[in-house]
Amino acid sequence: MSQLTVTASPHVRAPGSVKRVMWAVVIAMLPAFAGSVWFFGWRALMLVGLAIASAVLFDGLFQKMFGRKVTVTDGSAVITGMLLAFNLPPGVPWWIPVVGSAFAVIVVKQFFGGLGHNFVNPALAARAFLVVSWPGHMTAMWLAPRGGTLSGLDAVTTATPLGVLKNAAEIVGPSGDAAGFLAQAQSWPVVGKLFLGNVGGCLGETSALLLIIGGLLLILFHGIIDWRIPAGYIGTVLVLSLILPGPKHDLLPYLLYHVFGGGLMLGAFFMATDYVTSPITTKGRWIFAVGCGVLTVVIRLWGGYPEGVSYSILLMNVATPLIDRFTRPRLFGRVKKARA
Amino acid sequence: MLTFRGGVHPKEAKSGTEHKPVEALPLPERVVVPMSQHIGAPSKPVVSKGDEVRTGTLIAEMGGRVSVPCHAPVSGKVADVVEMPHPLSGGTVKAVIIDSDGNDTPDDNIKERPTDRLSPADIVEAIRDAGIVGMGGAGFPTFFKLTPPKDKPIDSLIINGCECEPYLTSDHRVMLEQPDEAIEGTGYLARALGVTDVTIGIEDNKPDAARAMTEAAREAGFRVHSLRTKYPQGAEKQLIKACTGREVPSGGLPMDVGCVVQNIGTAAAARDAVRFQRPLFERVTTVTGPGIAEPRNLRVRVGTPVKSLIDACGGYHGETAKLIMGGPMMGIAVPDDAVPVLKTTSGVLVLDRRSAAELEDRDCIRCGRCIKACPMGLAPQRLYMHILGRRFDEAEKEHVTDCIECGCCAWVCPAKIRLVHHFKFAKSEIAALRKK
Repeated sequence: MSQLTVTASPHVRAPGSVKRVMWAVVIAMLPAFAGSVWFFGWRALMLVGLAIASAVLFDGLFQKMFGRKVTVTDGSAVITGMLLAFNLPPGVPWWIPVVGSAFAVIVVKQFFGGLGHNFVNPALAARAFLVVSWPGHMTAMWLAPRGGTLSGLDAVTTATPLGVLKNAAEIVGPSGDAAGFLAQAQSWPVVGKLFLGNVGGCLGETSALLLIIGGLLLILFHGIIDWRIPAGYIGTVLVLSLILPGPKHDLLPYLLYHVFGGGLMLGAFFMATDYVTSPITTKGRWIFAVGCGVLTVVIRLWGGYPEGVSYSILLMNVATPLIDRFTRPRLFGRVKKARA
Repeated sequence: MLTFRGGVHPKEAKSGTEHKPVEALPLPERVVVPMSQHIGAPSKPVVSKGDEVRTGTLIAEMGGRVSVPCHAPVSGKVADVVEMPHPLSGGTVKAVIIDSDGNDTPDDNIKERPTDRLSPADIVEAIRDAGIVGMGGAGFPTFFKLTPPKDKPIDSLIINGCECEPYLTSDHRVMLEQPDEAIEGTGYLARALGVTDVTIGIEDNKPDAARAMTEAAREAGFRVHSLRTKYPQGAEKQLIKACTGREVPSGGLPMDVGCVVQNIGTAAAARDAVRFQRPLFERVTTVTGPGIAEPRNLRVRVGTPVKSLIDACGGYHGETAKLIMGGPMMGIAVPDDAVPVLKTTSGVLVLDRRSAAELEDRDCIRCGRCIKACPMGLAPQRLYMHILGRRFDEAEKEHVTDCIECGCCAWVCPAKIRLVHHFKFAKSEIAALRKK
């Protein structure tokens, strides 16, 4: 008889591993990746490729240099690179994704101990770093997609859809008809473009349809992501857009404009659901999702930026340990303390 | 469908043995009977080297208030009384070794008697003197559960026929092949407790067993509950919750909510003890797993070396990785096959290299699956972090001591972290701190 192994129970494990989870997420992002290449051409391929390659490279190099186990095949650096690239304007120069990926995996991930220990989403933190370091590159280098315009409106070529919503008065100028312009934006043809993705925006965020396909894949197959986070996040944005004052013209298109325009789908399905930086309990996930939704709408309506998805998620990432602490599950047979 | 919160669905893997009738293993030539096959004080040997014993002869008496006596599983001669490493728990234990004479001559005390006029105390005494312990795996002395303190009135007896551990089918076969015996034994247990409310809980993956038990229980008026197949449905607290809706309070016992739970095999053994005054010295066990050539359900004498069981099942198959006493979720891995079958051995599971869990773990990615899986409402991920940081006080505050070690969290963990191992460690540290 061969040597027997003696370990604590259990002696069997569920199929599935960290690696499988990570690669499933990568696969779920492929439709949106393909969309980005379709809409923005070879540049998209180059930027996403560079971001992935440098994330994997820096991750592996760091682990090698510091004598840690090299785990780059687990796919987590691929996700980080992909997400970072998805959050870049299509017109940025080639070194932006390289610098961003380096920051994401070295500073945000490995400095804190590697996968599982980072307290904010590496891709989002890197995006925030790039925005403050190279604001010109990160907020202005938009490109019109294949078969469309930057804003989704034929007349406007200088603003993204959420920019239109936020800065309508400036775009049309002092003599223009801002109200009429907003009415034009809140129309079914524009909402249709937002849904399909042939509008301006960050590389991977424009097509709500392709992101929803990927997100549903992750929810329905093996429940890799918790449906509560996208549901709570998108639901909150919908409800708040409905009840809060805003540049409303035609209500239903206006609401869908908020949901499909900007980075909400990318954020709700692929970034707010990051295991490491979101709460571990069911109750905590609801709180986290609603918090993301509230912050997003507040930033969109009253903040300095047209879009608030990435900062909302970053802020809620920071709140995650606190949420975890106060949303512990209900103990079986919990004994209520007798009143003194 | 009745059930509890949390839990997991491991592959049931029962098809290898669930349709195979129980076969009696030929008498072993030698048995090794450890004096500690139960929770509580070890039994005290009352025989010495050279003594002649018959099958069922008392060889050890109770070693304390919570303890049980032990009996000879075969007739023959006591070869020795030795100290040996405990087959499951580590540490040393006394054991009585008996060489069989091959005749299996029963002890004179084993004889049928009328049971109509037995008082509850008589029944408890018979069960105690027969050395019966919980046969589901925990091994708590049965008579002790039947004598709760006066301030804990019992109104409900629950018989555990869940057998929620994957691979194991011994309880299943007992319910199919001996339903009348099991029900008769259940009747004695109910009489001992003075309860009329009796529930038999069976997972719905054993409809044939549920039918057989329903049929057998009709006259006695016991209820058979079909429970959702979900691990750990057969864990005491989860079973009580599913059958009665009551929750055993944190740190409490089933009697705190008026319940007593007994395993179906224990009920069958109680019938032999009360009616035939026959001690517990054999049991049904499932020998199974991908590492076994021909899995079987066997009726075996306590003290039989596991090796004999494996030989009777065609020997090992493939490259053996693990030998487990019990099921894959809560069973205990043992280092070699010389270990004896105990009163609590519900199964012998052999895993080959492919089916045994991989050993390499990695850092937690906070996926939260352990929290969803935990049937006790704990947050295993948080407990694990506290334990890694050696913050045992924090782990205790978050109720690590409520962990039932069912293994759901570790089973579901994609990082393959050995959570149960860490929790066992934390519990022992906390216990050591309390003693100080």
